[in-house]
Amino acid sequence: MTAAILVSIFMTLAAAATPILLAALGELVTEKAGVLNLGVEGMMLCGAVAGFAVTYSTGSVPLGLLAATLAGVAAAMIFALLTLGLGSNQVATGLALTIFGIGASSLIGAGFVGRTITRLGPLFPADYAAHPWLRLVFGHDAIVYLSLALVLAVSLFLRRTKAGLILRAVGENADSAHAIGYRVLAIRTAATAFGGALAGLGGAYFSLALTPMWADRLTAGRGWIALALVVFAAWKPGRLLAGAYLFGAVATFELQAKAAGWSFIAPEVLAMTPYLATIVVLTMMSLGGRTGGRDAPACLGKPFPAS
Amino acid sequence: MSTIITRRTLLAGAAASSALPLVGAQAQAPFGVGFIYVGPVGDHGWSWTHDQGRKALEKEYGNKIKTSFIENVAEGPDAVRAIRQLAQAGDQLIFTTSFGFMNPTIQVAKQFPKIRFEHATGYQRAENVATYNARFYEGRAVIGTLAGHMSKSGQAGYIASFPIPEVVMGINAFHLAAKKVNPNFKTKVIWASTWYDPAKEADAAKALIDQGCDVISQHTDSPAALQAAEQRGVFAFGQASDMKAFAPKAQLSAIVDDWSGYYIKRVKEAMDGSWKSGDVWGGIKDGMVKLAPYNDAVTPAARAAADELQKGIVAGTIHPFTGELKDQKGTLRLKAGETATDEMLSKMDWYVDGVQA
Repeated sequence: MTAAILVSIFMTLAAAATPILLAALGELVTEKAGVLNLGVEGMMLCGAVAGFAVTYSTGSVPLGLLAATLAGVAAAMIFALLTLGLGSNQVATGLALTIFGIGASSLIGAGFVGRTITRLGPLFPADYAAHPWLRLVFGHDAIVYLSLALVLAVSLFLRRTKAGLILRAVGENADSAHAIGYRVLAIRTAATAFGGALAGLGGAYFSLALTPMWADRLTAGRGWIALALVVFAAWKPGRLLAGAYLFGAVATFELQAKAAGWSFIAPEVLAMTPYLATIVVLTMMSLGGRTGGRDAPACLGKPFPAS
Repeated sequence: MSTIITRRTLLAGAAASSALPLVGAQAQAPFGVGFIYVGPVGDHGWSWTHDQGRKALEKEYGNKIKTSFIENVAEGPDAVRAIRQLAQAGDQLIFTTSFGFMNPTIQVAKQFPKIRFEHATGYQRAENVATYNARFYEGRAVIGTLAGHMSKSGQAGYIASFPIPEVVMGINAFHLAAKKVNPNFKTKVIWASTWYDPAKEADAAKALIDQGCDVISQHTDSPAALQAAEQRGVFAFGQASDMKAFAPKAQLSAIVDDWSGYYIKRVKEAMDGSWKSGDVWGGIKDGMVKLAPYNDAVTPAARAAADELQKGIVAGTIHPFTGELKDQKGTLRLKAGETATDEMLSKMDWYVDGVQA
């Protein structure tokens, strides 16, 4: 394998990791506030279709990204209204949100099938972005850098700010947070909205950057991987980053190994590798005893006020 | 007229129609034609082409027929419910458009002997169940010829879904045609293990390009691989429909499925009572398989060779699978001058030499 191939592999894996990282980071914040929103896939699809529709209609990628973010928030607000406002079951409502997102995006996107837009290109000028090895750092599009900045921002927010502490308090012990005067439902709604915004953005990464088009179920299940990644990362943003890039690396390795003709590994085994890796890491984490289920916010998925 | 039945309304619909036992007895009712799709009609691939066929039916027959479809039907037991739903809703001719609907179609057909069924790509038939398929391998041979001429590295990438005969014969037809042009030609196959996952299809294309392939062919459903080829500046081929809009420079041509002619003919036969069960394999000659216009980049020599092959296939003088033909293990599959039978094609599970699968 030459250096050029390795550089190319890294570019592919960064692009594969980015939408999952964004969606998972949003879900991490949502879950830290004690809300389990299983509708990530649905919110991603809403963002993907809204981003594509607006970019196609206006020709502006920034407007498309804004629309995708808002669409994700809108979908998350349906979830917030039902679970936080009306006290419906979070698991069932989240699953319903995914099914709703698949249907709604298909309906909205029907007129956009077969259309195409200009792909979101690298952020930096071609001197850097197309350089044989400088492109490792400078060859990515704006969303890749944004996702990395967001990991840092969320990490600092959760650990170093008072607002982050309050958000975690709401997720760990909603009754106590309420007793000392914090507005649990408002904070949870805001965290859910943030999760929706990033899921929408992650979805738009598919329709604007990875595969610039609209087709039904464009995200093909990445929302579920994002959900698993949050558990995998034990609700820690830094680990989430590592996990997303690890997943991207394993998925890219699978394809490279097939293309290179490594026939001593059966293709079915290669197809399993991303999921096998997930199981192995989860197992190792729970064997270690420090992480696993114990890192989950204590009030995750529990309604407030308790009924 | 058309009705869209989603999987969500399916159960409610089933309950309602069992309460109305005389659905089919209305006088002068339009002739009902139903479709079962494995994917979303918005996939711009396989299911989309069948839905184009359905729309052609509506255009041809207007109010004389009423079409309906159910999309995203999982292959297996779920399909039984979906097919039965259309049968109970009064459809008199039902097209089930994926290989995995074979047993469900046969099962439902037994319960509704007066309704006619058409199953795409299968091999089980009955008095009221016909099968139909397209000779996609003819199109594969044409694009293989183009690939052989246009590839500088002598390596093509092939993104495949699952190793079923339909896919295997496509890979072999493509490779044999390319090898005729360039005896050292290599075809590298990536099994995506999915029919539809745009991001994965694009990444597979990138991996193949990284490994030196400069022509990409695919047997998965989305245009994502073409977009990746366009981005990297290599050539590719559209699948199921003309995907030029997604890759104006990269797409050399596309294999286009056109079911409308067959659907119009069979609906007419069903309406006038001359419909009979049978097995139809339509190819380039029948207009069921078409090639999208060649890209301007296609050299005159490549163009001439591809046109000549098409003419030969239409005239019946050229068969893409003609002996002497050996598989990778050296087993003789076709003797010199012998051509493959349909039976042999429909069971193909071996690769010709030079395919890396």
